[in-house]
Amino acid sequence: MQELQLLRKQLIWSRLISAIEEQAQTVIRTAFSQSVRECGDLSAGVFNRRGDMVAQAVTGTPGHVNAMAICIKHFIEKFPVDEMMPGDVYCTNDPWLSVGHYHDVTVVTPAFHKGRMVGLLANTCHIVDMGGRGFGPDSRQVYEEGINIPIMHLAREGVVNEDLMGLLRTNVRNARDMEGDFYAMMTCNDEGARRLVSILEEFGLDDIEEVGDYIIEQSRDSIRNAIRDLPDGVYENETELDGFSDPIRLKAKMTIVGDALTIDYDGTSEASLFGINVVMNFCIAYTVFGVNCIVGPEVPCNAGSINVANVKAPLGSILNVERPMPVSARHVIGQMLPDLVFGCLAQAAPDRVPAEGAGAMWNPMFRGGKTAVDPEVAENSPTLTRDFDVITFNTGGTGGRPTLDGMSTTAFPSGVRTPPVEAIEADYPLIIWRKEFREGSGGAGEYRGGLGQVLEFGCEDGAPFSIAAMFDRTWQAPKGRHGGLDGAVGVVKTDAGTALKSKGRQTVPYGQKLVLEMPGGGGYGSPTARDPELVRQDVLDQLITVDAAAAEYGVVLTSDMRVDIGATQAQRSTMKSAAE
Amino acid sequence: MQIAETQVRVGIDIGGTFTDVALESKGTRYTAKLLTTPDNPVDACMEGLGRVVSEAKVSPGDIDVIVHGTTLATNAVIERKGAVTSMVTTEGFRDVIEIGTEGRPEQYDVNILKPEPLVPRRRRFTVSERLNSAGEVLKPLDEAALEALLPSLDEAGTEALAICFLHAYVDSVHEAAARDFFATRRPDWLISCSFDISPEFREFERFSTTCTNAYVQPQVSKYLAEFQERLKAAGYGCEMLMMLSSGGLTTVQTARVFPVRLIESGPAGGAIFACDVARRLSIGQAISFDMGGTTAKICLIDDYKAQSSRRFEVARVYRFRKDSGLPLRIPVIDMVEIGAGGGSIAGVDALGRLTVGPESAGSAPGPACYGLGGSQPTVTDANLALGRIDPVGFAGGSMHLDTGATDAALAQSVAEPMGMSPLAAAYGVTEMVCENMASAARVHAIESGKNVDDRTLIAFGGAAPLHVCQMADKLGIDRIIIPSNAGVGSAVGFLRAPVSYEVVQTHYQQLDHFDVGAANAALNQMERQAEAHVKLGAEDGAKLTLRRVAYMRYHGQGHEISVVLPEGPLGNDAASELQKLFDAEYNIVFGRNIGNIASGEIVSLAVTVTTEPYDDVMASSSGGVDSIARGTRRAFDSASETEMDFTIVPRDTLPSVGPVAGPAVITEKETSIVVSSVFEARVLEGGDIDLRRTAKRALAKEA
Repeated sequence: MQELQLLRKQLIWSRLISAIEEQAQTVIRTAFSQSVRECGDLSAGVFNRRGDMVAQAVTGTPGHVNAMAICIKHFIEKFPVDEMMPGDVYCTNDPWLSVGHYHDVTVVTPAFHKGRMVGLLANTCHIVDMGGRGFGPDSRQVYEEGINIPIMHLAREGVVNEDLMGLLRTNVRNARDMEGDFYAMMTCNDEGARRLVSILEEFGLDDIEEVGDYIIEQSRDSIRNAIRDLPDGVYENETELDGFSDPIRLKAKMTIVGDALTIDYDGTSEASLFGINVVMNFCIAYTVFGVNCIVGPEVPCNAGSINVANVKAPLGSILNVERPMPVSARHVIGQMLPDLVFGCLAQAAPDRVPAEGAGAMWNPMFRGGKTAVDPEVAENSPTLTRDFDVITFNTGGTGGRPTLDGMSTTAFPSGVRTPPVEAIEADYPLIIWRKEFREGSGGAGEYRGGLGQVLEFGCEDGAPFSIAAMFDRTWQAPKGRHGGLDGAVGVVKTDAGTALKSKGRQTVPYGQKLVLEMPGGGGYGSPTARDPELVRQDVLDQLITVDAAAAEYGVVLTSDMRVDIGATQAQRSTMKSAAE
Repeated sequence: MQIAETQVRVGIDIGGTFTDVALESKGTRYTAKLLTTPDNPVDACMEGLGRVVSEAKVSPGDIDVIVHGTTLATNAVIERKGAVTSMVTTEGFRDVIEIGTEGRPEQYDVNILKPEPLVPRRRRFTVSERLNSAGEVLKPLDEAALEALLPSLDEAGTEALAICFLHAYVDSVHEAAARDFFATRRPDWLISCSFDISPEFREFERFSTTCTNAYVQPQVSKYLAEFQERLKAAGYGCEMLMMLSSGGLTTVQTARVFPVRLIESGPAGGAIFACDVARRLSIGQAISFDMGGTTAKICLIDDYKAQSSRRFEVARVYRFRKDSGLPLRIPVIDMVEIGAGGGSIAGVDALGRLTVGPESAGSAPGPACYGLGGSQPTVTDANLALGRIDPVGFAGGSMHLDTGATDAALAQSVAEPMGMSPLAAAYGVTEMVCENMASAARVHAIESGKNVDDRTLIAFGGAAPLHVCQMADKLGIDRIIIPSNAGVGSAVGFLRAPVSYEVVQTHYQQLDHFDVGAANAALNQMERQAEAHVKLGAEDGAKLTLRRVAYMRYHGQGHEISVVLPEGPLGNDAASELQKLFDAEYNIVFGRNIGNIASGEIVSLAVTVTTEPYDDVMASSSGGVDSIARGTRRAFDSASETEMDFTIVPRDTLPSVGPVAGPAVITEKETSIVVSSVFEARVLEGGDIDLRRTAKRALAKEA
């Protein structure tokens, strides 16, 4: 039956996605870095002989996936596919060729079937330490940020490149975790390759070129059709962010004509003098993620779905920097791009786009011990911890949604998870004293913004420690949409009340704790349209106060916590007339 | 092997739709299948008991033991019908069960749902206290602070209380003190402590498990008490044992303390049923495949034992996706469950892809062919269109299926959008649902470093026999068993399960400086604890088996694999022996070991004490002669992807007709076994049907 060929291609498509998911699960189970094994800071994909991504694991984080998809072309430029040998493995962490900072290492393994290279398996993982200053925004040049691995062999015909491993071991703080992660990344690609070959055998295929073309075309067409359904027009949006020391302006102009969508970041601030700069790969990755969330969330990620939107950013701007600008903490800017894109799309599709959220993750990079804290603090402190480096991945709230409240303390756009407090404390001399919702931080709206969280960190015995701060939205709040109020801005301070900077390495002195209050999401729709019963529920759960219920939502509660219907109607009509 | 020949034993499985009862006496099995009575599930049990007792001509007093499994706990969680539960936790950590991992189950969908916690924020209270990861007290527990919580706890209407403190898995001192305080002051509350319910690190999972236990405890407790009373009143003086999610049995007494361990006990019974089939037929490596109306469950079985796990998610709210449910850290039979069943709805997505499930038409409106108002095509409709189901003989002839409605639904929702013939569309639906199940099975296997090919497929549940040959093709499997009594598999499985209890505890030690004494002390204490639970339910003098497992990883890794410990106390060379065992196991799971860069460490220990499983010595009595249609029927064959004439053979005539080559349909009251053209069916002595592959499936070549 001729018509069954279509069905067969769809079965193989489904099979490939499942095979790559098996690959991703393998790296999670074998990795050493907490970022990969507990947090899922990784991605995995399979590519055809031309280096186009055909399928991607469901598990993973968007910044990686889309950037990784672009970088494979660089590998096959350097190592032509017909010269690859079984047992070869390649890697790089070059920010401009791959995923935007040294911590994200990409490993690529060719798969062979009937003696021929039939596809490339790749994965990217965040390795906690790659030398240099370590993860943080303080460097002035990329050379300070760690060790660069140009695209090269990680293994040659099955033999690990000991020259490379030896070089890396002497350049990083935790050689065992780094090396263990490299092995995990090779193991997972091997698993992907085995599965790919068994799929080819079962379906009697020589390679995945034809079915890959089908997958890519279907995905591309689907995204294009969804864009065509949006009204043609030019939609502009801009946002201001904290920056390292000076505010940064991001500007976007989205042009939709037929099935073509272009985003131009012309007018965006110039590169920062510190390490919060974004390379073009990473800029494209999060821009495309933002677009696809709204136009084609059901379309599987592959070369077809990610190459539709045309992304432009002026060379030398903070979204498209050149060497030797520093890039380590690029996520604080890059992860704001989906909200920027949403602001454009909300004009084209007003009923499909959430309000702004916390955006970039709040990932404090901790360092302890004598070499980590300010010298005078170290000298005067009655106690010091052993040397340690650890990062936790944390987040604020997401924006209210067209028919749902925002999600409290939930990563978006990142796909990363946080490690358990008990796991962190078992491995490091950190004590986490508080980790709970930040009451009142969700922007009021018909659909309330998600709440951020409050975290308090100290060290064992009150020892001093330092953090590389890379936080944003500490003075510009996540905005509400369609009448929703803004979420709360973030706060960085010590428990003694000393304000800390939102960017850069700082010491928390002996006996003090670091307090992070993360932003809440903006509200969606007018707060006076929210069901009074839901407002009451929020008060009972202490997500908002009785006063906020009255002032922001116009919902008046009686002393026994019932909705005072009459007073509520009066209050709401006063608020509405004041607004008009 | 225990011989149950002299005993009269009864298994009762309460499922969402049906209550199944199986009685075994003097080598014969009697079964009954009744509709579940949701208002009072005991009603259907008593009715079913009455039926099998009278059929077997025994009196209630003759029954030696009743083994029971129920979805009560699962349903209480899914339908949010549990107790008013409050939680007392460490100051600063009020929202652990709601924050979870801060992750999302899906990347691109901005409208995802996260699971609502069982204990809402207004009933989560905090108290000043803190241990560190070594169990040292950083902040003492203040009794005055507990006292101060009482008015709020009272006002909240607390029926059950979960006490969840950080690092309580290392030292129970604060949780135990809080429990003693509340137990004295409020003796009618049922209290669950995290150190007791799930003594393992990772607070989100431990707290979630503890809250779930508290949430279901009053209801389960009341139900069990009432059930026992009614049994006694009706003259059933015997003991009742409860089926656990781990596949073992326990006493009612233990079940009332740890009701969270009853969750998913029905499907566990199915897996035990499959283990028993594997044992009877000496099948060393099997995979059980249980497909019903809404979901399919798949489990790997090695050496007659179902694979076990320590983590499970209940009540998934987003397309059965991982991380969209409430995590439970309890010993469970490791099954993958996906939204694929006879009622799964087929359609075409925005990319022109054929999709099946996880949405289900359920029993109302049901598949289009039921004629009850369903207009969307389901897997059952596809099977009808392919000729695999007889429209007249469905459900024992009690229901006539509407082929016109099926054809219309398939044409509109699948065939036309995809530009396919209705027949190809129907075949596509079955291919896609099988693909989904096969993929889930493979991902599941890979997570444990196992393969699915070379296994024997053991299939049961209403929809499984229709799809087994297609599944076998996708999984590279050559042999399929469809056991007798497949329709009441779980209840029969209950009767095969051993009395068993597993204790898992975090016990962190690096092999580099290994304290053998500490490990032996922990193992001994756990063994005593598990043994005490088992002895309550085991017959006097029953032989007990001990299984001890260390969950190990390389120092620096985050995920553990299980390593079976050698028998007897660990000796002085235990560290090097464990390292060797771990390296070997790691090699099996991941194909390489990295002992050269890192040494091993133990994260947790598990001790299982179990009686021997009950052997099956039964001949089945159920299933009267089925005189549905014979002859041949035109149907679509998945192996050749063409229409062929299928021989129609009633199951009960198989012994007399000898081996039947596919294509054939073996008809039963509840379902049909579809034998594709590359399989041959024969009936085995015990009534099980054995399908063997006679040829490879030849996929139609690219045209």
